[in-house]
Amino acid sequence: MNRSPAGSWSLLLKSLAVGTVFGILLVKSEAVSWFRIQEMFRFQGFHMYGLLGSAVVVGVVSVALVRRLGSGRAPVAKMELPTRESRGLNRHYWLGGTVFGLGWGLLGACPGPIYALIGTGATVFLVALASAVAGAWTYAALRPRLPHF
Amino acid sequence: MSGGVIVDVLRQPWPWWVAGPLIGLVVPVLWLLTGKAFGVSTSFRDLCAAITPGRFEYLRYDWRTGAWRFAFVAGIVLGALISVTALASPDPVVGISEATRVDLAALGIEDRTGLFPAELIGWRALLTLPGLVVVVLGGFLVGFGARWADGCTSGHAITGLVGLQLPSLLAVLGFFAGGLVSTFLIFPLILGGG
Repeated sequence: MNRSPAGSWSLLLKSLAVGTVFGILLVKSEAVSWFRIQEMFRFQGFHMYGLLGSAVVVGVVSVALVRRLGSGRAPVAKMELPTRESRGLNRHYWLGGTVFGLGWGLLGACPGPIYALIGTGATVFLVALASAVAGAWTYAALRPRLPHF
Repeated sequence: MSGGVIVDVLRQPWPWWVAGPLIGLVVPVLWLLTGKAFGVSTSFRDLCAAITPGRFEYLRYDWRTGAWRFAFVAGIVLGALISVTALASPDPVVGISEATRVDLAALGIEDRTGLFPAELIGWRALLTLPGLVVVVLGGFLVGFGARWADGCTSGHAITGLVGLQLPSLLAVLGFFAGGLVSTFLIFPLILGGG
């Protein structure tokens, strides 16, 4: 069918479509708002907790339903979410997570909202995106010396 | 009900109990349509692998395998554009709680127009120390931390928790630990007051 590592045009178009819906959800839910993230980290509002909590609950239920209804139908029955390798102290999850949280708290935007804010016309988030890519590159460089498990 | 009324409703900010469940459905819908797991920050890694291929072991792979994710994040940009044009909210001020307004005012953040404080985040603010810390250092830590933790809010707080992955819970606890330090220690330090 398609041998390109990038996949088919159909895959790219479907990804674009789901991404578009997700982008609308991020902005219309105000998850892209620095003010909402401050409200969350100050435990002064339920909005972000309700948003993330209901997303997880609906995700768990809908994934279970898809698996159950799809059993027997080949492509659906195989639905598997990535499993996270877990051993030892799992240091990279909570150390990396804490570093990420420091950035999220300052910038008020995690990766999805960084892209979304660029789409709202806030071009300064191109600088945030470049910094984030530089951060990922620095991680790639330091990775052999950082604790993981 | 006319189309105009529907659009008027959609233009309002969406309550969490509408947007949250729909965000949860992104996980199975993306999987059913594309066979891919929902996650955004791997796009940073793919960008690095495209720019400096083969430089470090972590970047030695064919970045084109992440092409679908570039299409996905292009969609995020497009969706955001639609949200501020066709679905633009009539009120530019985000309705955060009174307690947060008071706390932010104590830090000198009084103007709450828009999605973020212009005095802290903007091209002109980049020339100030707080603006530089928030945008440049904040962005850097988001990218570095997301890759070290092997996931961000989408990959861990949503996909990971939906998949009942304990490591993702550890990562999410880390997200909050870091966010609390930024909120209660770093902001009072760089903004004064507090």
